[in-house]
Amino acid sequence: MQGSGIEVLFLGRNFLRLLEGLWVTLRISLIAVLLSVPLGILFGMFMTIKNPITKAISRVYLECIRIMPQLVLLFIAYFGVTRAFGWNLSADISAVIVFTLWGTAEMGDLVRGALISIPKHQYDSAYALGMNKIQAFGYVVVPQTMRRLIPLTINLTTRMIKTTSLVVLIGITEVLKVGKQIIDANRFDYPTAALWVYGAIFLLYFLACWPISMLAKRLEKQWR
Amino acid sequence: MKLRNLFTKLVAATAVATLIAAGLTGCASTNGNQNGVAQSFRTVDEIKESGKIIIGVFSDKAPFGYVDENGKYQGYDVYFAERIAKDLGVDVEYVSTDPASRVEYAATGKVDIILANFTVTEERAQQVDFALPYMKVKLGIVSPDSALITDVEQLKGKQLIVVKGTTAETYFEKNYPEITLQKYDEYADAYNALLDGRGDAFSTDNTEVLAWAIKNPGFTVGIDALGNADTIAPAVQKGNTTLLNWLNEEIENLGKENFFHADYEATLAEVYGDAANPDNLVVEGGKVE
Repeated sequence: MQGSGIEVLFLGRNFLRLLEGLWVTLRISLIAVLLSVPLGILFGMFMTIKNPITKAISRVYLECIRIMPQLVLLFIAYFGVTRAFGWNLSADISAVIVFTLWGTAEMGDLVRGALISIPKHQYDSAYALGMNKIQAFGYVVVPQTMRRLIPLTINLTTRMIKTTSLVVLIGITEVLKVGKQIIDANRFDYPTAALWVYGAIFLLYFLACWPISMLAKRLEKQWR
Repeated sequence: MKLRNLFTKLVAATAVATLIAAGLTGCASTNGNQNGVAQSFRTVDEIKESGKIIIGVFSDKAPFGYVDENGKYQGYDVYFAERIAKDLGVDVEYVSTDPASRVEYAATGKVDIILANFTVTEERAQQVDFALPYMKVKLGIVSPDSALITDVEQLKGKQLIVVKGTTAETYFEKNYPEITLQKYDEYADAYNALLDGRGDAFSTDNTEVLAWAIKNPGFTVGIDALGNADTIAPAVQKGNTTLLNWLNEEIENLGKENFFHADYEATLAEVYGDAANPDNLVVEGGKVE
């Protein structure tokens, strides 16, 4: 018997399973964001230090992480580390580590960009007011950088939420995988289920990312 | 002072984040042998002691391994996995694997056994240890009822559809170079080419075409067992001999009660119906004739 695809969403625990999958996605990506935003800000500051050695270190780190696909990084963290050292990291921890490393690199570059976009006269004016380097940084440069960073950080956060769908390859069943499982288990009885299941996943991703954009809008207004 | 607060918060957040990260990485446990090659497998005794066996299965490849609407694993592989756990006297924990990560899971010992429709090949056998087979796959050819292909000789001068990188492609190139092949990257494209008549027949694993033909009236699998049988077997980490021997013994014993025919009846029969002969798919006692 072939039924309408939408019924599939409400068969058994299917909808609940999708929500559980969404929670897995959000948990990994939000932990990674919470770690990589502060680390990225520090890394961004580190990158602006005018010293050939620190420049080389940050360059190597940034390029390594940026050039390698996240999937490769996940395989290295999950399987490669076990192969090479025998450390048995759980899939969740490997995913958080990889996405934090990636997020830190990306965030660091955003922070660096925002920092060097502050015109030199802002520093000069701060020094003219008698501030020392740290004061100028804390009172003048950082607040201005923060506002410029909000949209970029939100972009990175939502990108991270979407990219976590790669973690299925190290065995974590997140929302997209649950969707595929539902479609596949019902492919004989409900051939049109794919449309409805992917539609529901689209809606779930939207509901997850939208509040984050709203929050960003509020912050941008508040810090004007 | 608002600005100062912001800065202090930032520093505090970073400190917390670093601590958490350090804590997370600290959870790693070292478990390597003298050769420097990481061996993390668990012996049969260790599995029994822990009361739980970890088995890697497919979670979206019905009818071999899939998850039903209640979140329970089902399918031909899972039916076997349940039996393994029962005979070991332990619970089973399933890990959802994908075709691309199956070898790694077994090779690194992240799971005790891989039971995910895993075809035995020489390359894979260098990375993992295969137990005795419990299923076999040959090639099948599906074609429209109006011009049914029941013999490979009928294909001469016709267009045969194959998917790149499959055993069907290599088999026909090697054994029937005179048959024209139409190659596609994905299964969906290949099936569409068959449906709209761009090709006369489509060949790939018989399990796949048999399931497809049942869903698509007007098409029949005229040849359901062609070429050499590829076998499908459980895999364990290289060197895990206790588990390997236990599995081989288990498969031999299960053969005596025709376990895999019962497995077929419970999981595959409803999908394949009368279109397939279970003896063409199931291997009992690890013996392929």
